[in-house]
Amino acid sequence: MWQHFQVFPVLWLVVTLAVFLLASWINAKAGKTPFLHPVLVSLSLIIVVLKVTETEYTTYMEGGRYIHLLLGPAVVALAVPLYDNLATVKKLLVPLLVGCVSGAVIASASAIAIGAWFGLNDQILLTLAPKSVTSPIAIAIAEKVGGYPSLAAGLVLITGAMGCLIAPLVYKVLRIKDESVKGFVLGVGAHAMGTAYAFEYGMVAGAFGGLAMGMTGAFTAFMLPLLIPIIGL
Amino acid sequence: MVFGFLMLLSCQLVGELLVTFFEVPIPGSVVGMLLLLIGLIVAGRVPDGLRLSSEGLLSVLPLLLVPAGVGLMTHFGVLSEYWGQLLIALFMSTLITMFIVAGILKLLSKEKFEEGRE
Repeated sequence: MWQHFQVFPVLWLVVTLAVFLLASWINAKAGKTPFLHPVLVSLSLIIVVLKVTETEYTTYMEGGRYIHLLLGPAVVALAVPLYDNLATVKKLLVPLLVGCVSGAVIASASAIAIGAWFGLNDQILLTLAPKSVTSPIAIAIAEKVGGYPSLAAGLVLITGAMGCLIAPLVYKVLRIKDESVKGFVLGVGAHAMGTAYAFEYGMVAGAFGGLAMGMTGAFTAFMLPLLIPIIGL
Repeated sequence: MVFGFLMLLSCQLVGELLVTFFEVPIPGSVVGMLLLLIGLIVAGRVPDGLRLSSEGLLSVLPLLLVPAGVGLMTHFGVLSEYWGQLLIALFMSTLITMFIVAGILKLLSKEKFEEGRE
């Protein structure tokens, strides 16, 4: 009976949407903490459901891929908020470009260097490289450069939660008061989760976070394929 | 709405075609994003239908990440072996990145950022 039922793709669409709503509710109840991010909670709960019902990931993806398919156009759609912030970019072109480029290079290179120092294998290092980039772009990058896309998605989420924890400490040590700098740092280091957190500082911080996220994501997608042969992976 | 979706998917399609044709390991969707950005700069405004579908998609972006994230279950072997190293690498790397970017922006842009706020 269950064997017949679990092959309905619609079943997994229903499960995914229902669990996501539940996870969003839990997150709202928990004061929007990045450690109970709706995506983290959703994927944990769904993995539990799949393990309990002895369902393979490929069976789940028969339904899940219809949601996954929308990631592509969603990445393209990131152009709209970038365009909306174009006036700010023009005004602050030099500092924003330097911040974005150095942040993207340091984020990838340091993750690869630390991972290599621990003796992790090449495929895991390639998966670590896009960890500061917003998940849709990170998944696409991992697919392209030969990492594990799903593992990349998980590492990106963990990085996002860590970034929200680290950022206030950095502001304190460097005595940073400017809202726009706070937002930009969160967007470069902690992508969409950092951006969501930046909105807690205000609209300006949030807008700069989104801007940093888009710029860093696009730049990293172009930089990593060039960087990887240079460091010999 | 349909028009907006058509624009997003067309940009992605052209992006995919370009990266396949030039054999570069860049995600086609990211190239599509840049194409759309250039298009918007040339057009000088965001068409209503495009704004509607873009903001709709971006508002449910977290949901779109879930199916890929569930794929973590296929990597439990790697995770159970290396979780400590991975967590340390992520933490150190994020700490270093944020410190350096914040430091650079602070040095570079004190008065400029004040201007840019409005």
